[in-house]
Amino acid sequence: MTVATKTSDTTQERSAGLSPLQRLAVRPEIGAALGALLVFVFFSIITDRFLSPLGVATWLDDASTLGIMAVAVALLMIGGEFDLSAGVMTASTALVTALLAVHAGWNVWFALLASLVFALVVGAFNGWVVMRTGLPSFIVTLGTFLALQGLNLGVTRLVTGTVQVSGVRSADGYQSAGWVFASTLDIGEAHIQASVVWWVVLTALAAIILVRTRFGNWIFAVGGALPSARAVGVPADRTKILLFMGTAFAGWVVGSSNILRFASVQANQGVGLELHYIIAAVVGGCLLTGGFGSAVGAAIGALIFGMARQGIVFARWDSDWFMLFLGVLLLAAVLVNNRFQKRAERVRR
Amino acid sequence: MSLRPQRSATTWRFSRLLPWVAAAALLAACSGPGADAPAPSQTPIAAGTVNSVAVVTHGSPGDAFWNVVKNGAEAAGKDLGIRVEYNASGDPGQQAKLIDNAVAQGVDGVVVSMANPEALRPSVEKAVAAGIPVVTINSGESESAKFGAFVHVGQSESLAGQAAGRRLADARRTKMLCVIHEAGNIGANQRCEGATKAFGNTTTLQVDINNPTDAQSRIKGALEADRSIDAVLTLNSQVAARGVDAVREAGSAATVATFDLNSDVVEAIRAGRLLFAVDQQQYEQGYLPIVLLQLYRTNLNTVGGGTPVQTGPGFVDKSNVEAVAALVAQGTR
Repeated sequence: MTVATKTSDTTQERSAGLSPLQRLAVRPEIGAALGALLVFVFFSIITDRFLSPLGVATWLDDASTLGIMAVAVALLMIGGEFDLSAGVMTASTALVTALLAVHAGWNVWFALLASLVFALVVGAFNGWVVMRTGLPSFIVTLGTFLALQGLNLGVTRLVTGTVQVSGVRSADGYQSAGWVFASTLDIGEAHIQASVVWWVVLTALAAIILVRTRFGNWIFAVGGALPSARAVGVPADRTKILLFMGTAFAGWVVGSSNILRFASVQANQGVGLELHYIIAAVVGGCLLTGGFGSAVGAAIGALIFGMARQGIVFARWDSDWFMLFLGVLLLAAVLVNNRFQKRAERVRR
Repeated sequence: MSLRPQRSATTWRFSRLLPWVAAAALLAACSGPGADAPAPSQTPIAAGTVNSVAVVTHGSPGDAFWNVVKNGAEAAGKDLGIRVEYNASGDPGQQAKLIDNAVAQGVDGVVVSMANPEALRPSVEKAVAAGIPVVTINSGESESAKFGAFVHVGQSESLAGQAAGRRLADARRTKMLCVIHEAGNIGANQRCEGATKAFGNTTTLQVDINNPTDAQSRIKGALEADRSIDAVLTLNSQVAARGVDAVREAGSAATVATFDLNSDVVEAIRAGRLLFAVDQQQYEQGYLPIVLLQLYRTNLNTVGGGTPVQTGPGFVDKSNVEAVAALVAQGTR
């Protein structure tokens, strides 16, 4: 029961008289999909290792943790906000889990539960401060980011006297928790990590929420036009706070799979990754101004990242040039998106 | 009433099914992450040839120290006719993926620096299980054999720290500031602990290596806050230069010493503003593993007899700085 319309639906409605090709061209994820195809074909031609089962498993693995975050960050960005604390959250949750499991002797499952609560509280706090004060989320979450970074280092050194927490493998409940977050799924020769499955499931879930539920409508509404959304009765505060909790939850999933897979966590992990999440979402068609984008697009954006990162290594290029290539690639993806978006605007008019 | 047009029923049904399909697939064939298992034994390999070696380190790109390691590995590759691929990432997860990538490529040998050994364990063991000989370098000395690597090439950080602490104590210093520049680096902590053990009265200071201005002002602040500090020990050559400047700006009489070399450190030793540099000769950490892999693969030779190959600590001070200076300038010391 809502009057707020969604961009993608509006396009669909207005594009009823268009050819299927044109209808495809106005979807937010089209630029990313083409980019992914291009990168995929490019590396498949350049190096035969790229398509080997081991190779595929490697770049899917690389894309997965980034993708889990990018999808949550995409929903938040469609809702018109940023979360700069998302990167460091992956380390904070892993540290909480590890400290409780290793140094307090908790069962891993309880430690995971505690770090989930911690993440959701921080996410809710971010959302509450943003909505309460009206300050840009960029600033608020930058504060959270720095605070968490300090906490990570301070608490870890205080408790362990060093800057890493390891030893989770011998904690109670590690086996079962590890099975959920860090097992491998063998399809032929390819060892697919559990994080890849999480990534696929969470992307599907986010896509369904976004285009199939009332809450999805609200996300587009609060990101596109907040005053209007409020005027028609969309619970804007609740929506945005839930979105911030969503990125924190994603941070918990990634942090948990990291700690259980690598069995150790460094205090400085995750710093700087928050920008990668935003980039993946933008490549996937999200606008920095909110109100437009897609979850599937963000997942594809992460896939491009993973394919390029590992593809460059497979191609045996000098790693000195790696960042240059990545930068050019991302810029190209965003430019293509922009073109498609302009076309979409024209079609809508 | 929503304004949503009807999507085709099939796509909707599929997207609703997707999570279940994925879950079913997960249940189908799955292996756990593995608890504390004994290391896999190296599959005995027949003598063969070495065509390519992957070097995967934890140095951030553009780091002066790791540049020398890279130069060493590439020079050895050139000398022996082996293709050497150097890749690095400071993020342990990313580093693990680079090792997986090397295994997927089917290289003939892997060289790994393990700043975070636990995180790299599954990947290193996978390489060993695939019959690829692994050499660990620089960090992870105590885990090297446990994970199945056949030799470690590096410098024991706590021994090097103790040597540095002793030298500062011999110079009649009484209170030391130990500057840690990487929050997640265990080796840095071991150096400070070693130095503290040999020296005594020490405080540690955390700075960010990627932000030189901040590093310099923090060291300066620490010196101004506590005038009794008369020795500053930095753990990295880039931070050393900041330490020297900070001491000068604070008008402190503290003696500065450091780990690792670069041209700034050489200049400061020449000018007498830096007492000494602990040199772990990291060029060898790049060069030797390639040679060891070559010997192992072609002649089944091992080196070290189960103990690490030590590349340090060596010392560079006023007595030998002139001889080393030119070598530092060409990126091999």
